[in-house]
Amino acid sequence: MKRSVAPVFWLLFGAGGMLAALTGPALVVITGLAAPTGIGLSPDFMSFARALSFVHNPFGKVILFGIIVLFFWHGAERIFLTLRDMHAGGRLTLMWICYGTAGVLTFVTVAALTMIGV
Amino acid sequence: MPSEAGVGSREIVIEVLRYRSDTDSRPVPQRYRVPFTNDMSVLQGLQYIKDHLDGTLSFRWSCRMAICGSCGMMIDAEPKLACMTFLRDYHPGPLRIEPLTHFPIERDLVVTVGGFVKKIENIYPYLIPKTPRRLDEGEYLQTPTQLAQYESFSDCINCMLCYAACPQFGENPDFIGPGAMALLQRYNGDSRDGAQAKRMELVHTENGAWSCTAVGYCSEVCPKQVDPANAVNQNKTRSALDFFLRFLRPAHSGGAASNGDAR
Amino acid sequence: MNGPRSYLRRTDTLWWARRTYLAYTLREATGIAVAGYAFILLAGLISLANGERAYDVWLNFLKSPWSLALHLLFLIAMVVHVWTWFKIMPKTMPRLVIGRRIVTQNEITAAGIVVAVAAFIVILLVAECVQP
Repeated sequence: MKRSVAPVFWLLFGAGGMLAALTGPALVVITGLAAPTGIGLSPDFMSFARALSFVHNPFGKVILFGIIVLFFWHGAERIFLTLRDMHAGGRLTLMWICYGTAGVLTFVTVAALTMIGV
Repeated sequence: MPSEAGVGSREIVIEVLRYRSDTDSRPVPQRYRVPFTNDMSVLQGLQYIKDHLDGTLSFRWSCRMAICGSCGMMIDAEPKLACMTFLRDYHPGPLRIEPLTHFPIERDLVVTVGGFVKKIENIYPYLIPKTPRRLDEGEYLQTPTQLAQYESFSDCINCMLCYAACPQFGENPDFIGPGAMALLQRYNGDSRDGAQAKRMELVHTENGAWSCTAVGYCSEVCPKQVDPANAVNQNKTRSALDFFLRFLRPAHSGGAASNGDAR
Repeated sequence: MNGPRSYLRRTDTLWWARRTYLAYTLREATGIAVAGYAFILLAGLISLANGERAYDVWLNFLKSPWSLALHLLFLIAMVVHVWTWFKIMPKTMPRLVIGRRIVTQNEITAAGIVVAVAAFIVILLVAECVQP
């Protein structure tokens, strides 16, 4: 009997889902609400210099890579399944679109992190 | 107007989806006015129709007490056992009764169960002892903790309500589905069983655990709290880990990790 | 297997929009917010790679009412995600038996949510501590 390849995407989905459940709300509050408005955090919290030194740090790189990429793969799985439920297209087509997008964005993330360098 | 059946003065309109395979080209609704008392189940309402109003109405039933699993049907669009659902909760109606959704209709409320039975046959639904024992060696022992691992999955009465609840079974009739997967886990989770690897082969496929999207409605409609969603989804975890861990195992064993082995 | 004249009704292709499955569909829709938030972070990363001026454009976007509204929406979706995530998590686990007692699924859900709330607080505290 033929094994499904779903486990690959499901584990990425699960890792991203767990990461989002533990860090998502706090991250949205910090980078999307508190820092931009200066409420509760310094308006310079995400200044160019600080952001740059954060990304230069290897730990910063790993954190950003993990969050961005796993969030993408989490979303890709859910969007794929929902589009399939909605009969938005054939199964393989939707897989290519959703997982393909996540794959391309993973590549772009690596490229951006590499460009910024150490 | 008390009738000979001893039913009360209240009346409910029951609308049954009829399909008389010899004459109807497609299912059509038919309404009946049924007198009822507070203690009457939907099944008793259907029996009243058959005995007093329309003898041609067909439906399955047997035990009247939620243990045979025969009288599953859509009651106001929810999969329920007719024997444990009460007319008083739907008064004055019209109460819509339809055969279980996703299944082919044989006649009226009777659906085809062949596909489901076939699935159950395919999962090796019996204990395959890990270490065979001779009769004189005594019984296979099991601790209460080991029993707790699979006990609820052995409570399934094959009523198929979970299949009617599962949209992914509706999309893919070949999906093994919640009920058969619960039975599969009943054996795979049993410390005495040794055939996990055999059953996992089916779990690993697209029609195995991977057709499930964790909707969870199957467990909500289950009249026996079997929690089939737990059976399917814990096997998703097991199958996902096995997808990668199989490369770490000795080459010859194509088997699967299972809690049965670990305990 | 089927009778000679058995009748198979057409599957309802809009089932995901029906009341019974709406909570499920909304749960899956939170994935759009999770990916959307990652997209905004990636945009920030790309602008960071392109120098200070590009990065300031991104920072100014974050200050716009559009962005704030969007992030408020993300936050709501994330909270729904946390709740529903730990609601289904016990379904993906074998029965957990401690001593001789089965740990109920509600207990596992509650434990998960407690950890998520703790993580929320810790991350905010860390952010407070490292601000300039």
